[in-house]
Amino acid sequence: MDFAFTDEQQMLQDAARGFFARHAPPGAARARLTDAAGYDPATWRALVEMGWLGLDLPEAAGGLGLGLVEMAIILEQAGESLCPLPFLASAGLAARAVLATAEADRARQLLAPILSGEIIATLAGCGREGVALQLDATLRRDGGGFRLDGAAGFVPFGHVADMLFIAARDADDPSALCLLHLAPDAPGLTIDRPVQMDLLRPEAQLRFDAVAVPPAAVLGAGPGVAAALRRVIDRATILTTAEQVGGAQRCLDLSLDHARQRIAFGRPIGSFQAIKHRLADMAMQVETARSAAYYAACLAQEGDDRALAYAATMAKVHGSDAFSQCAGDTIQIHGGIGFTWEHDAHLLFKQAHSASRLFGSSDAACQRMADLMELA
Amino acid sequence: MRLGASPADDAFRAELASWLAAQLDGRFARLRQPDFNRNEFALLRAWERALGEAGYGCIAWPAALGGRDASLTQRVIFAEEWARAGLTPRPNHIGIELLGATLLAHGSDDQKARFLPPLAAGTEFWAQGFSEPNAGSDLSNIQTRARLDGDAWVLDGQKVWTSWAHNADWMFVLARTTPGSRGAKGLSFLLVPMRQPGVIIRPIRQMTGDEEFNEIFLDGARTDAANIVGAPGDGWAVAMATLTFERGVSTLGLQTRYRRELDQLIAAAKANGRARDPLLRHRLARAEIGLSVMRANCLRMLANIDRGTPGREGAVNKLYYGSWHQRFGELVMDVLGRAAEIAPGPDYAYQGLPKIFLQSRADTIYAGTNEIQRNIIAERWLGLPREPRG
Repeated sequence: MDFAFTDEQQMLQDAARGFFARHAPPGAARARLTDAAGYDPATWRALVEMGWLGLDLPEAAGGLGLGLVEMAIILEQAGESLCPLPFLASAGLAARAVLATAEADRARQLLAPILSGEIIATLAGCGREGVALQLDATLRRDGGGFRLDGAAGFVPFGHVADMLFIAARDADDPSALCLLHLAPDAPGLTIDRPVQMDLLRPEAQLRFDAVAVPPAAVLGAGPGVAAALRRVIDRATILTTAEQVGGAQRCLDLSLDHARQRIAFGRPIGSFQAIKHRLADMAMQVETARSAAYYAACLAQEGDDRALAYAATMAKVHGSDAFSQCAGDTIQIHGGIGFTWEHDAHLLFKQAHSASRLFGSSDAACQRMADLMELA
Repeated sequence: MRLGASPADDAFRAELASWLAAQLDGRFARLRQPDFNRNEFALLRAWERALGEAGYGCIAWPAALGGRDASLTQRVIFAEEWARAGLTPRPNHIGIELLGATLLAHGSDDQKARFLPPLAAGTEFWAQGFSEPNAGSDLSNIQTRARLDGDAWVLDGQKVWTSWAHNADWMFVLARTTPGSRGAKGLSFLLVPMRQPGVIIRPIRQMTGDEEFNEIFLDGARTDAANIVGAPGDGWAVAMATLTFERGVSTLGLQTRYRRELDQLIAAAKANGRARDPLLRHRLARAEIGLSVMRANCLRMLANIDRGTPGREGAVNKLYYGSWHQRFGELVMDVLGRAAEIAPGPDYAYQGLPKIFLQSRADTIYAGTNEIQRNIIAERWLGLPREPRG
């Protein structure tokens, strides 16, 4: 056991920190609030060139053969710099879903353009309510092929994806799931991007009206698909915790700067226990969440399905608590300026909320933990 | 970054587990009976000696001082197997974890040679003499005085909240050696034998009903002039290092003990049906998550201490686990219901889970209150301006 970064992981973190400092300096997120894409294509191309898209994929599948810890390192820095990119969508969700469901040759074929950055891919793994695998899309046989009806909600970067992987229920077998892919211009597919509370986590709402799906576009079907997709989403949940850690760290840093500089009653407000104790509690949340995120990444990498489920659940609940508390406290510590559109505090507050709801709520995660504990 | 153990570590675990099982099924079976009382000190002394003879006294220390140069992973394994065996915390925790670590860092070679081997062998027990009636959170307000009288320090003053003093052979004491000094300056870190006429021990009954800690009156107590750690007047720095150990490495055992407590509560909730209550299910799940986070943070803290790069994760550890355990104590009473309020025997004496409800009120006070922890995190680790002082 060695629960600290290896030299290589430390170098990766340094590289990621440098990358986001260059491409997403403080203030850069402002431009993302109004542009249609919701991310900066130049930054995305630069990230692709860093070779990070296949970090955790096996070498046989065209990846670098590293693990979830390395992916988490990138997500943490992305979260800290408030830099929305389709990294989790393309590399963390879509690529893993392909790997988990498609047979090897087909997987390599589909993964190549995703890993090269030639296309952006995403996974629609939630229904209208945004809960993982609680699906409102149904695939049924139709002549020689299939037809997809229903809806999918909160699809990360679904509005810019070149290839959409869709989890759907199987009309012939209500207990089974299948995974298929669609091009964004497929007839009968509607892709909406409504105004969202969090402008830095673009998500599309999809509708399927009798979308024709050729057999070759159905990657996996049968009893194993639900479990395979669950694993994909659990891994992505742990990566989201890493992003939450980054966001919470940013909250703490902004609040510390303010508490040192802002003078009231003739003293920096950070000298008052009412403020400094709040900041100490924030630091406790940030550090314990960081420990939890990397612990979960290790557990998930080294353990079985139960370990992965446990790790994802634990990380999600604590990461969400930590970021939400830090983001709320950041507004409070900043006072009136923290309530303005001009200050970044609201961006972090909204990120904290959307991150906490990604793939399902913390309350639902606690129910899952209770099930894992066999509380009955 | 990995959590898995090596084959050598697995072998260490197997050897330790089988040794513990043999001892605890045999001569030391009493140690894990539910009504075992930690005041049965003769047995605990024999147990520490047995650990020492088997080479398990202080595994992290160098072999020359009675240890076995154990790796961090092996220390984690030791704590885990200890808790899994159902053992209560080490009776000489204060000696091994606090004084031992302090001497390793700040002791002279003579002091290491004199005091460390008996700790590893389990033959000398220690108490901690820091707090005083007017020096708790405000620790540097120490009034106990020590003056050199020929070849000995002579101490006068009062210490309080001294755990296990009635069973200790030695006590490390923070005392004022520069007359007229104030605050952190002018203090010294002295090692004082307990069994002498100048040391008067009076037990204090706690809210649990137990008498685990004491007040101590030093009335001309003497110790050899050489028994000072660090230079005269440098005691504050040495004591701060001791407190860092208290809040740091030694908390690993706590995490494994809490794991056992939570497992017991989960079993009780299943047995009494409250595991089906939606609200209690939710709180038990949250307790599980909180404990898992504590383990993660503990392991990260230890890994970074081991590498010589301690970070904020260690500074927040005490605040996190103290608060967790206190909430756990409240959960115990909600899961067990009013039955937990009935003492098992004729005396005001609680054991096991119900006792945690009472005992855990101390978790946010000892080794630095939550409020002091927050000051330390904010001022030392976040660089915020200090409180104005009177």
